Amino acid sequence: MNFYNDNPALKFQLSHPLMQKIVTLKERNFADKDKYDYASRDFEDAIDNYEKILEIIGEICGEVIAPNAEEVDHTGPQVVNNRVVYAPGTQQNHEVLTQASLYGIGLPRQYGGLNFSMVPYVMAAEMVSRADAGFANIWGLQDCAETINEFADEDLKREFLPRVCQGQTCSMDLTEPDAGSDLQAVQLKATFNEKDGIWYLNGVKRFITNGDAHIKLVLARSEEGTTDGRGLSLFLVDNKHDDTVKVRRIENKLGIKGSPTCELVFSNTPAKLIGSRRLGLIKYVMSLMNSARLGVGAQSVGLSASAYNEALKYAKERQQFGKAIIEFPAVFEMISLIKAKLDASRALLYETTRFVDMYKAYEAIEKERRLEPEEKAEYKEFQRLADAFTPLLKMFASEYANQNAFDCVQIHGGSGFMKDYACERLYRDARILTIYEGTSQLQVVAAIRHVTTGTYLQQIREYEKLPINPEFHSFRKRLMIMTNLYENSVSRVIETKNQEYIDFQARRLVEMAGHIIMGYLLILDATRNDMFRKSAEVYINYGEVETRKHATFIKTFDMENIDIYKVV
Amino acid sequence: MSFNIVVLAKQVPDTRNVGKDAMKADGTVNRAALPAIFNPEDLNALEQALRIKEKVPGTVVHLLTMGPVRAAEIIRESLYRGADDGFLLSGREFAGSDTLATSYALSCAIRKLGKIDLILCGRQAIDGDTAQVGPQVAEKLGLPQITYAEDIIEITKKNITVKRRLERGVEIVKGPLPILVTVNGTAAPCRPRNAKLTLKYKHAATPSEKQESGSDYTDLYDAHPYLNITEWGANDIEHDPKWLGLSGSPTKVKKIDNIVFTAKESKRLTGSDFEIESLMKELIANHTIG
Repeated sequence: MNFYNDNPALKFQLSHPLMQKIVTLKERNFADKDKYDYASRDFEDAIDNYEKILEIIGEICGEVIAPNAEEVDHTGPQVVNNRVVYAPGTQQNHEVLTQASLYGIGLPRQYGGLNFSMVPYVMAAEMVSRADAGFANIWGLQDCAETINEFADEDLKREFLPRVCQGQTCSMDLTEPDAGSDLQAVQLKATFNEKDGIWYLNGVKRFITNGDAHIKLVLARSEEGTTDGRGLSLFLVDNKHDDTVKVRRIENKLGIKGSPTCELVFSNTPAKLIGSRRLGLIKYVMSLMNSARLGVGAQSVGLSASAYNEALKYAKERQQFGKAIIEFPAVFEMISLIKAKLDASRALLYETTRFVDMYKAYEAIEKERRLEPEEKAEYKEFQRLADAFTPLLKMFASEYANQNAFDCVQIHGGSGFMKDYACERLYRDARILTIYEGTSQLQVVAAIRHVTTGTYLQQIREYEKLPINPEFHSFRKRLMIMTNLYENSVSRVIETKNQEYIDFQARRLVEMAGHIIMGYLLILDATRNDMFRKSAEVYINYGEVETRKHATFIKTFDMENIDIYKVV
Repeated sequence: MSFNIVVLAKQVPDTRNVGKDAMKADGTVNRAALPAIFNPEDLNALEQALRIKEKVPGTVVHLLTMGPVRAAEIIRESLYRGADDGFLLSGREFAGSDTLATSYALSCAIRKLGKIDLILCGRQAIDGDTAQVGPQVAEKLGLPQITYAEDIIEITKKNITVKRRLERGVEIVKGPLPILVTVNGTAAPCRPRNAKLTLKYKHAATPSEKQESGSDYTDLYDAHPYLNITEWGANDIEHDPKWLGLSGSPTKVKKIDNIVFTAKESKRLTGSDFEIESLMKELIANHTIG
């Protein structure tokens, strides 16, 4: 099995018209081609390189990671002498990926990376998640290297980035017992010792994914006497100081059981400051969280893909009343909806990734030279779009992954409730997706700004203008009606100028925007490739009803009645 | 101390997942219907070579294969995994070779490679399942051989210690270098393709391939000699023509029968513990297993 070759939807995303610009910017017009024997020479060569590497990852996913997933789920990691020991399957996954040089693929070549843009990196994340969503965390935490690359000084980069490329793992140590969604409350203390000029960390971190990593990024309070986010800085802890970091326990979780979730105790742990003091939370962690949210988007789409495959396979095989159950409307509707939600969230995933790719490329170029005014404008525009689309993606993809895993179990009937089929694992693994890296509710908080400032509406208008296959004109008409409903609902809610009421309706408004955006993305994809035609229609049928439902609720809701929802 | 290792490999039709169009009406293999792959046990052999290379710096791993132009693909597959270079033995003179002619041609090519310390190859290829080529190559070169290797335990300047997997157990044997070792499928699986090596070598090609594709990257081959895969025809190796190809092949296939297994009686099990247990007892009783 090869998870890249068996999924033409991935290759399709590589053919998106924006890729040429993304790749050319990322490769600085292929400046590395004479410096590295593995650098790409031109655009076609770069896309071919992406494909070559995705094929390797796809093969490892299909031949190693997916076959290990069940055993990893059952065995899980252990704590031995305050250190984490992975399940044997996890260890094998990690070793094979390391041998294949598949860590740090997005990092610049000078540090040992492949300088891949985000699109193929996210594809790899999607495939790894489809194979084993729990393992995807261990692999995906290489995002931390991106943060080091963006914000740390050159010495730190030279010391640690090559280590990531050689397969050392990372963790982002943010949450504490009293600081979860509200990271401003972080208390772990960082003290600067004037004598030796070294920072020391003391305190406890909780719920740390892959907490026993080689390279830990730790959010700590460096400014004594402060109580908010502006007193926090980001530190790097090297595993050579492991004697000062104890893994006190690992959590016994509902799902993603292969991924160790640790409680860590830091006792006078030497640490290196990343970037500047006080910017830990407000700048670096915010950026890290954005890539982590994109990562959860990929993880969710991968899990949805797996749920779809499992559901389809079972529904074709399982015979009841003399025929395969997929022939019953109740079942085939469920499966086509799983597929539509999968395709919709994947379309949103890669659209968001392209926006991220564009602005990150400009961001990096800006460190090398002054941007031309039009480049600067484009940079800001894509940054705004990435900012708007990331929470939308995180929320929709993770909610759909849960709905899809739920329906996948349902299609399996009684068998789905047993441990015999993969679907029960998918169902448990999916549950965390709407929670970590910011709950769906917090994604709404991030997204609602773009409802009120009109970012979504503006982008919807852009999609409206793009040429589509004439067959889809009727779909576009329906999307335009949905857009009117959205606009009316937005003004109805905003006009009240009542913040509590706006928060109360926020999720509905964000969802309406999402349904319209995904509807457009699907007809645009279907215009370029017929394989998305069905999903476009099924999704618009679904999204239209959802949009109308929300519009009706908002229209008929009396603001005063919000009180009945308040629990006394 | 370092070693010169040759890995012998073959590109084979993937006979593991055979569809109904796998055989032609005349009883020969329909190569077009089966994807061409790296013979699985040759990959096990390559892994053993790469492990030695990792442990003993300076060791060089050559990949040698005989086959049509497209067999260069398995040379690239080897380069992606860490082999140093590859040699394709190709040409009309080799057509129709049975195991004897194949091993003769390979042994001539190995002689041309100079001083070799170790020859590794898979136990057998999945298309013919003869397990003859490895041993015959050793005979033709006058070298000792160890077959069915599962692990190379140690290699020193003079000797190699190998764990052999046999039908009823394992055997640890030691042999003098130079030597030929055939590797079992139970040995460690081959490492994955390496990302950087894959990108480095993806344009590697034989002269025939470059000619066929009319490559856009001609400047590449001049700038990077490692991208040129060596291709040898019969004229490039010292040989006696009567031992090559058809004339060197005493094996004559008279007829091939397509055997279809049909179940005489079938049984349907629901998978309960009881049923599985009674099936096991039954199979043990009639000596199907155990």
